[in-house]
Amino acid sequence: MGVTSVSAQATMRVPKDGDLHPASASDVPLGQLIQPEELAAGLRSAKSPKPLLFQIGFRVLYVQAHIPGSEYVAAGSSPTGAQQLRERVEKLPRDKAIVLYCGCCPWSHCPNVQPAYELLHGMGFTNVKVLFIAHDFGTDWVNKGYPVEAGQ
Amino acid sequence: MKNWTIPIVLIVVCFAAYLVARHHRRANLSSGSQPGQLAPEFSLKDLRGQTINLVDYRGKVLLLNFWATWCEPCRQEIPEFIQLQNTNPNLQIVGISLDDSEEPVHTFYNQFKMNYPVAVGDAGLARRYGGILGLPVTFLIDCDGRVSVRHIGEVQIPEVTEEITSLLKSGSCLPR
Repeated sequence: MGVTSVSAQATMRVPKDGDLHPASASDVPLGQLIQPEELAAGLRSAKSPKPLLFQIGFRVLYVQAHIPGSEYVAAGSSPTGAQQLRERVEKLPRDKAIVLYCGCCPWSHCPNVQPAYELLHGMGFTNVKVLFIAHDFGTDWVNKGYPVEAGQ
Repeated sequence: MKNWTIPIVLIVVCFAAYLVARHHRRANLSSGSQPGQLAPEFSLKDLRGQTINLVDYRGKVLLLNFWATWCEPCRQEIPEFIQLQNTNPNLQIVGISLDDSEEPVHTFYNQFKMNYPVAVGDAGLARRYGGILGLPVTFLIDCDGRVSVRHIGEVQIPEVTEEITSLLKSGSCLPR
């Protein structure tokens, strides 16, 4: 699908002493974000080619509700998540359209999307977008009526 | 004209069925554990091997916190919960971690010196509490076992303290 640049009001976050997860979603370049309504429209459109979707939050969230067709990869901030994501994408063409999403927490506090984005960027992927979820997956995707499915 | 009636009726019926199904699916994720409802019972082993039965906490105000070790707002509020547990004998805090595995929860529990029971939950429990589609989520349950408040996101401690104080004054709370 076509993923165009969007702007987002993302709160800047100052890392604190003892913070185990200094990486924040606020560090993802604004030009790489995609808004929920834009992604939902693209998924509904029969004409748009579909991106690979990875949920990089936590399994309990994914099992309750996820974007149809998306795959679960463990938390992007964890070594397990990084390894699983790397293994999943390593044989893909570097121009493959990929959308990462989490929705675990408010955007400025999400520890997962920035490390996952950075990993793909570092591997040479050139068409990676990150779904901008301002509050959490329930508020900004499920409650908006965008498509969801449940299950493993 | 009659030739069009049946297809049109079928289309309307199908569309109505679609809307009902869509609403039903969303309702399954968003309803449940609303204020005034009895909190869904559960029985889980905590990290120390003790059984957590929700019903055992009747007579106390219960703060039920869904969290994860890597969730920063959770990490911010947990030290405050530890302090609340220390200073409120008629309050019981229970943590339900939604981490993918138990190992980091043990580490976190010891590192933060958590002084209240913590268990690892699953999607079934999360659904029974109305869907935990973001973290943290915190429920305040009154002394009769009814949900009083559902906080989505990091709680404001002065606000929660006030709510706990108010709940302790009402219902069938045990005398201090």
